[in-house]
Amino acid sequence: MDFTLILFFILAATAVATALGLLISRNAVYAALFLVLNLTCVAIFYLLLGAPFIAMAQVTVYAGAIMVLFLFVIMLLGAEKLPKGEVLPFQRPLAIGAAVILLAESGYLLFQRFRSAALLQNPGTVENSMDSLREMASLLFTDYLLPFEVTSVLLLVAMIGAIVLTKREKGEPA
Amino acid sequence: MTFASVLEWLIKGLVWVLVLLGGFAYLTYYERRALARIQVRIGPNRAGPFGLLQPIADAIKLIFKEEFMPARADKLLFTLAPIITLTPALVITAVVPFGPEAANFPLFGRTITWYIADLNVGVLYIMSVASIAVYGIVLAGWSSNNKYAMLGGLRSTAQMLSYELALGLSFIAVILLANSTRLIDIVEAQTGMWFAVLQPVGMIIFLIATLAEVNRAPFDMPDAEQELTAGYHSEYGGMKFALLFMAEYDKMIAICIIAASLFFGGYREPWFLQGTLLSVDQTPLLGPVYLFLKVFILLFGMIWVRATLPRIRYDRLMAFGWKILLPLSLALVFLTAGGILLEETVNPWFRWGIPVVSLAAGWVAILGMYQTLRRKEHARA
Repeated sequence: MDFTLILFFILAATAVATALGLLISRNAVYAALFLVLNLTCVAIFYLLLGAPFIAMAQVTVYAGAIMVLFLFVIMLLGAEKLPKGEVLPFQRPLAIGAAVILLAESGYLLFQRFRSAALLQNPGTVENSMDSLREMASLLFTDYLLPFEVTSVLLLVAMIGAIVLTKREKGEPA
Repeated sequence: MTFASVLEWLIKGLVWVLVLLGGFAYLTYYERRALARIQVRIGPNRAGPFGLLQPIADAIKLIFKEEFMPARADKLLFTLAPIITLTPALVITAVVPFGPEAANFPLFGRTITWYIADLNVGVLYIMSVASIAVYGIVLAGWSSNNKYAMLGGLRSTAQMLSYELALGLSFIAVILLANSTRLIDIVEAQTGMWFAVLQPVGMIIFLIATLAEVNRAPFDMPDAEQELTAGYHSEYGGMKFALLFMAEYDKMIAICIIAASLFFGGYREPWFLQGTLLSVDQTPLLGPVYLFLKVFILLFGMIWVRATLPRIRYDRLMAFGWKILLPLSLALVFLTAGGILLEETVNPWFRWGIPVVSLAAGWVAILGMYQTLRRKEHARA
């Protein structure tokens, strides 16, 4: 058995376990930590697929910045203990329905692939080099310039919105 | 990927962790002696010659201290937090080259290199590990079930997130200058010309931001003794405290190694030794020695800063990070990119425009700091 394959199965098991832990945990801090572990697992999947830049960006942005802010807010509000009962009663049947649809879809795709010759083939691995990063950057600024710029404008709008929401009006008490 | 290469990584990693362990012990000694000299004292001088056995005495004391668990603390996270704090400090230097390719030596039929991992995205690896490093402290603060510890943890989160942006942007200037994210390329690109000369303001931003990242004075808000007793590690004792302490000092060593590699030429010789017998090209084994000397000097700088500057107030810390450092580092990225573009298209001499213009930008930032952050006389909000 290949070393990477063993690694993949261990990681996959960890990813599933942490995702379940996130759902089941009744302590918000633990749930956030499970999510961090899950995101890190996904980052290592990217590494296995030969995309080191995306892996590092995943860790820096999601596990490093966004989840730290999540933890910050949870701890600042003292909202560690989640309430016992259901908050939104219609959520559970909706979630079960969505999960069944997702499972059916992925099962269908898996069977399609099992029937074809390209059975769980190795995807074309990108050269793990500085060139792949350079290539990605030049693609981002040529072919995908519009989505890139739209995303940056979207982020800017969100940022300005956050500032406007928290800004104190002149004369308003603190 | 063979068994032998995995074994090589394991042994290298183990050796490096042991080096960091010894480095931690003697960095505390170094700091205490240097601080004492600055304060006209003598410092630890009883255990062994010149007090050299003091770190060992400290370690023995910490090992035999009682492990204390606060009531209603989160036991799992309370135990895990020191480990989570220490791990990033140990792994962050995995991508740094300690010597040139020429110093590689054969051992058991394998070529042993002077780095643990040669990552093409080395700088990004450093960035991502640095961004993970905040968890340990914030979890230590939260799991202690103590308001002061909690406040320390929250402060450190906000502080590290704020200064991480300036840190990342100062990396970008270096990446632009070296045209690579691989640490070996970055060090080799500084042959004869340190990036500290080409991008002096970026170097200063890097050093300030890393001081904030590792919670060292004057940014040691998370463990401000006077306000928060000891911040996130108030409830820790014994070996758990020793782990947190080790994490702090190993982070100091790690960032000094990274600063030396990114801005001070890493294992390359200083410019005035270029071409002589003392250069790395002619005596490759001097590479690690040069790196060690640079780290030693940078560590003294950090201790000096601690001895000299008082802790800055929390709101000023935030204002400094967001209103001064972030715009300045954004401007530096722009200036560096513009300088490189002009150098490649118009005239190679535009390379020297980068330090000149960035120093001007730094001057504007200092003026801005004076306008916004200075102590207003008898001001009342």
